[in-house]
Amino acid sequence: MVEALPAPPVDRRFLAGWGRTAPTPAELVGVRTAEDVRAAVRRAGGRGVAARGLARSYGDAAQNAGGTVLDMAGLDQVRQVDLAAGAVEVDAGVPLDRLMSLLVPMGLFVPVTPGTRYVTVGGAIAADIHGKNHHQAGSFCQHVDWLDLLTADGQVRRVSPDADPELFWATAGGMGLTGVVLAARVRMKRIESSQVLVDTDRTPDLASLMALLTETDHLYDYSVAWIDCVARGRRMGRSVLTRGRFARRDELPEKKQRDPLRYATSVKLSAPDLFPPGLLNLGTVAAFNEVWYRKSPTRKRDQLQGIPTFFHPLDGVGEWNRIYGPRGFVQYQFVVPFGAEEALREAMLRISSAGTASFLAVLKRFGPANPGPLSFPAPGWTLALDIPVGGSRLATLLDELDQLVVEAGGKIYLAKDSRLRPEVFERMYPDLGRFRAVRQRVDPDGVFTSDLARRLSL
Amino acid sequence: MIDALGSVGSLLLVGGTSDIAVATAHRYLRERPLRVVVAARDTPRRAAVADQLSAAGGSVEVVDFDADDPGSPERMLARVAAGGDVDVALVAFGQLGNAEQLRSDAAAVAQLARVNYVVPTVVGTVLAEHMRRQGHGVIVALSSVAGERPRASNFVYGSTKAGLDAFYSGLSDSLAGSGVSVLVVRPGFVRSKMTAGMPDAPLATTPEAVAEAIVSGIRRGRHTVWVPGAMRVVMSVLRHVPRPVFRRLPI
Repeated sequence: MVEALPAPPVDRRFLAGWGRTAPTPAELVGVRTAEDVRAAVRRAGGRGVAARGLARSYGDAAQNAGGTVLDMAGLDQVRQVDLAAGAVEVDAGVPLDRLMSLLVPMGLFVPVTPGTRYVTVGGAIAADIHGKNHHQAGSFCQHVDWLDLLTADGQVRRVSPDADPELFWATAGGMGLTGVVLAARVRMKRIESSQVLVDTDRTPDLASLMALLTETDHLYDYSVAWIDCVARGRRMGRSVLTRGRFARRDELPEKKQRDPLRYATSVKLSAPDLFPPGLLNLGTVAAFNEVWYRKSPTRKRDQLQGIPTFFHPLDGVGEWNRIYGPRGFVQYQFVVPFGAEEALREAMLRISSAGTASFLAVLKRFGPANPGPLSFPAPGWTLALDIPVGGSRLATLLDELDQLVVEAGGKIYLAKDSRLRPEVFERMYPDLGRFRAVRQRVDPDGVFTSDLARRLSL
Repeated sequence: MIDALGSVGSLLLVGGTSDIAVATAHRYLRERPLRVVVAARDTPRRAAVADQLSAAGGSVEVVDFDADDPGSPERMLARVAAGGDVDVALVAFGQLGNAEQLRSDAAAVAQLARVNYVVPTVVGTVLAEHMRRQGHGVIVALSSVAGERPRASNFVYGSTKAGLDAFYSGLSDSLAGSGVSVLVVRPGFVRSKMTAGMPDAPLATTPEAVAEAIVSGIRRGRHTVWVPGAMRVVMSVLRHVPRPVFRRLPI
């Protein structure tokens, strides 16, 4: 007698993204193997299937109202570490956090990391994430040798930039709509130490920040600026710019040279779930930003920082998204091409004068784009900011910013989006036709879908 | 999908030529383009409404719907669902009836009960079932303050609205945890084609004001709204007025 494998647990639940807005109910299926995924895809009803990793997408990318959602966290084996080639083969549910804990001591760092290490490899591919090194290294999928994709027909296809490049690049940033990524081979970055040599500069306004970024970005592997969004007038765009690169072993103080790849992280505390709505108002945020700006050094060189401090400062507070209260928040991230600096300035001006209490905005220069039709990064300036859901004017403000962005030839990052509308989205992603053609080929019945896909008529 | 900031992608107007339905569509279209389905009888008025809403930026579809036929809602919804999810469905049809005639004409009473109560409950049932499968959606039902405490002057109308109100309030609770919600709207006297030629009652309001209340009620996740808001207090007082006094009130 063959013993049947226990069916994966199914749980009907309301799911939301990191911004905690617009939750919808779905059947959450915990998958542990490729076979589980195939079975769940076969069983899916008319409302289709979405894959969900660590749910760090801000909006509705990993939820699927009335349908099935695959909880990919159980698909979490690190299959092989190829130290000679500096690459790993991992299941899609493996978080970057695990990869770092495992591989930093071996002198390997993830090729691209976003502002949080709590994202899965599958999610990193689906959103084609970028980090502070985009101007030098590109986005995550540019470091993927191949990926195993379970498509709507139940087949697992190994796709790479050489084998079925159209499917590979449609999956890069394709928000999980071409199939379920089961595993991937990722080329890592070699590091001699786990310490980053950081240069910090405080700039008094947007113009000086942009000038400094333009002049010096190419000298650093990593670069990002934090902007005070509340400051207006002459001080609009005052910011703190940090740039850095991994230190070589011989650049470390003697004590650290003995264990140059030491890597430890900790979550110091978790934000409790009892922040009242409206706690982050213009007053509290302005006060915070003032302190933050004042305490940053005007100019500092070659400061050593650990990986968590430099890359993932917010991960030190577990579930920090709760500080925005029960109504949640949206993140608005766009890119406009070089040459459209005026649009960037205009966007900053409108945001700061609308009096929406955004903490800090992040500004970065992107390098070249990759062929992914839905991949976000493109040469230009990207600005990202969090805004608590509240005032009735917010929807209109963001719609107006969409217009500004699209007219400047820019676009919105889908992994952050929770409120863009389909017609504007189409104009932002002119290669959408190519994406749709691939999807039509591998998923003609639209088995893979999500609230985001429905909202944007993807 | 209703997005993170409460913007709506598709709106179904059941009884789509009613002034409140049209005003609600215009109110949404002022914010953003969206899909609007006008479900109504095939009349010149329906065509005119569709043109008007297209001109306002909607991508408009028309679907046949007969408020006097309990078989109509299911056929109507099947057509609508083929075009995608319904984010908000507004149940906006109803008749005032002729109070004088309704006093003695049993057939007219039956007809009014069908249009104002029976068919709305059928619509509510098929909508709820459909949205439960979708896992999201808001059903908006137009009740009336007249249902709160029926008056001698239009008690047949009032009784149908009382029934409709009770149905949708109960439906709302039965949908808890499904991702679907119900908003019951209780306007006072609305100056519209339904009340054309009638003198204004106290606290009279407009289709635009009702539309505004609907949109903000959905955004805030409310279950009941009164239009104007003061009606809630007024009706709460009237509900407790002793019958002999209530009967003599000039309302």
